[in-house]
Amino acid sequence: MKYQEILHRCFRCGYCKLPSSYKDINCPSYLKYRFETYSPGGRMWLLKAWLDEEIKTSPHFAEILYSCAACGNCVEHCVFPKFKADLLNAFVAGREELVDQGAIPGIVSDYFKAIQLYGNPYKLPEEKRDAWAEGIGVPCYTNEEFLLYIGCPGSFDERGQKMARAVASLLAKFEVSFGILGKEEHCDGNEVKILGESGLFEVLARNNIEQFRKKGVKKVVTLSPHAYHAMRNEYPKYGAEFEVFHYTHLLARFMDKGDLLHGNSRIKVTFHDPCYLGRHNADYYTPRTILNAVPGIELVEMDRNKGDALCCGGGGGNFFTDILGSGTESSSRVRIREAIEVGADILAVACPKCAKMFEDAIKAEDQEDKIKVRDIAEIILDERL
Amino acid sequence: MEKIYQELKKIVGDQYVSNQPEERFFYSRDGGTTEPCFPDFIVMPGSTEEVQKIVLLANERKIPITPMGAALVLSGLSRPLRGGIVVDMKRMDRILEVNEFSRFAVVEAGTSEGKLQAYLKKHHPSLKHSVPDAPPMATIGGNILIHGSGHLSALGGFHTEMLNGLEAVLPTGEIVRIGSCSVSPYWFSRAPLPDLAGLFLGWAGTTGIATKIAIKLYPDRPLNDIDIFVMEDADSVPDVIRRLSGTAVAEDITAIMTPVPEWASGFQMINVIYGAESKREQVLKRDLLRESVKKYIKDKVGGFMPLYSDMKGRFMEAPASQLVRFADVKKGGGFEYVGAIMPIEVFPDAYRKGLEIAERNGVTYSTGARIIGLGHTMMFFYAYAFNRADPIDVKKAQKALEETNEAALTIGGIPWKAEVPAQQGIIRRMDPNTFKLMGRIRQTLDPNGIMNPGNWEVPS
Repeated sequence: MKYQEILHRCFRCGYCKLPSSYKDINCPSYLKYRFETYSPGGRMWLLKAWLDEEIKTSPHFAEILYSCAACGNCVEHCVFPKFKADLLNAFVAGREELVDQGAIPGIVSDYFKAIQLYGNPYKLPEEKRDAWAEGIGVPCYTNEEFLLYIGCPGSFDERGQKMARAVASLLAKFEVSFGILGKEEHCDGNEVKILGESGLFEVLARNNIEQFRKKGVKKVVTLSPHAYHAMRNEYPKYGAEFEVFHYTHLLARFMDKGDLLHGNSRIKVTFHDPCYLGRHNADYYTPRTILNAVPGIELVEMDRNKGDALCCGGGGGNFFTDILGSGTESSSRVRIREAIEVGADILAVACPKCAKMFEDAIKAEDQEDKIKVRDIAEIILDERL
Repeated sequence: MEKIYQELKKIVGDQYVSNQPEERFFYSRDGGTTEPCFPDFIVMPGSTEEVQKIVLLANERKIPITPMGAALVLSGLSRPLRGGIVVDMKRMDRILEVNEFSRFAVVEAGTSEGKLQAYLKKHHPSLKHSVPDAPPMATIGGNILIHGSGHLSALGGFHTEMLNGLEAVLPTGEIVRIGSCSVSPYWFSRAPLPDLAGLFLGWAGTTGIATKIAIKLYPDRPLNDIDIFVMEDADSVPDVIRRLSGTAVAEDITAIMTPVPEWASGFQMINVIYGAESKREQVLKRDLLRESVKKYIKDKVGGFMPLYSDMKGRFMEAPASQLVRFADVKKGGGFEYVGAIMPIEVFPDAYRKGLEIAERNGVTYSTGARIIGLGHTMMFFYAYAFNRADPIDVKKAQKALEETNEAALTIGGIPWKAEVPAQQGIIRRMDPNTFKLMGRIRQTLDPNGIMNPGNWEVPS
């Protein structure tokens, strides 16, 4: 197994479970399950035991590995600088081994099958990928400066579609030269990779790279931080040469255009850092720069923010597999309580998965009258309450 | 066994009990070198009442119970020596009360040190508790019950001395309150009542399960500083500690002796941390410290290390995350740790014995001490790094640990959080009537012998 040489170096000290303030548990799977086995240290020790044949492959072992939300809190807070960067890589390597053994949970297998057969995890026809753009006049990519890449949740999930429309409308309003692939777009594969199917990921990545090359794409702007991460950090390994941006990077360029920004109501907003923009790519300031520039917004911080942000629980494939599951101690619900605690009217997000996870959590917490989830583009468009 | 499993599920809910090989593997060991002992079940109660029901079930079925905090002692105390149920207490992590006037906090026993630290910083910034140098996941309950010490131990002594009271479930299932909380709504003190807290402190979970803990809080001063006195002569260290601690200005005094970097090998570095309300007070305290050891400075035997202000934070970090990193010096994920409680005057012997044992066993070491009270005693520690992937290296560290425990006893100290062989060493030297009394107390409290059996026993 890749990275097996670091497994025995874990001291199970537990810094990986916490934010830098030590306030509370910051590892979504440990927060939910509370057995040590579901913590990063637990996974390190179990993987070693598994390779040493002290424990066997089992559905429970697979559940433990697949409950990791890949949020990167462990990488951020592990106190061992010489191997911390590879903690998450080791967990993904463990998943890859399970894939090779055919021992993955059924729901993960279904996910891979759906990608293979339908091209998306929603098992919907690929022709419907442009459904989100109906009626708003978004141009198909020909030779514009930017390709706006939407991804699966933005294309097929109702909440993601709403966010995609807001982003596209805003880019148009700011007169950005961009186009979309529409029906021709394909899955970016980030979750495929993190779920341990590196072979399928390579196929998806290379197909996308080839398609972009043929179309002469030089700059890609993504709706989702997950796609941003894959295209920025993984695609270059397969020859990608285009520049990659998250949509907030483009929006930030227009924040000095006061006449385009509206805000009649004074409103308290707290921002949730998406793991793939924040911890995985170290951008904590672009979204805040935008929010601070929008009139009428008072930006307040939750205790756990930036590198300490508590993941929504939708990462690591859990958005689709739901292995982490719901319940009062699910990280999305804990996060909603945290946002309410700071008195926010709006929980601002910059990721379609976070948007969906938190809207569900607000319903589960029965707090729909108290707080709303809004994407940054929706906030700029003044679609606030 | 299936029936017990179902009973446990009824008590805590399906989600919080496991008999799966994965959990049984992980909870059979800690980060040290002791051999694994497998539990049959791991259970995570969420309330005192659930703990009570677990204990009653264990009594009825005569199943051993081992309570566990964060399992960070490194001496295997949370291993279930005779199997049975491991009770992971970390779901009981609510902070129940902070009293600003009488300076105490009441928490559930599974509350982590880090959680209380963060809570006080946010909600009661003028107060702090004594943070041990264990990682922040260490539980308040676990640390108190093993006679822990920490960053305010020069001021307040062992953490057991900072205990105001507790709630515990007895081995027979009764819930008891100890200290003022047994009489009053305030958890302010153990005095003036007969002090029953001793029934639970230092017993390695053999007399019951603590479920709530009240601890003393201390002022968190706006100005904090550190002075590090460096010297080479180990024989003079007791006197230097006596002088520095005698000024009664320190919150924390620790001595660190480490072979790396090489140039610092043989140095005795005595760190003195103190807080102040004003610059004037800070200067006065610094002057008092310097005055106390001026003889050594004048004789050029030692002196205070110059430190830039931005470097000081690293030395004052609580807990000191740097200490944990020692586990990776051999790229091996572990160090074994002997803490021994000793009188200050045996410091030179303790230091030399540690070096001798480390050299003889070929282990990478770090040693040091935390001073308890105004130099009333110290917790002298020896840490031996090992490579977990190398069984021979693990054995070497284990041997060094055993030799160190024996050496600590020989020079008049007592191993802290002693694992079973060290407990045996202590029992061999203990006044027989004391040990008999311990046995009678256990027999009275735990007639079925279910509480963490195998600890504090004469081997049969």
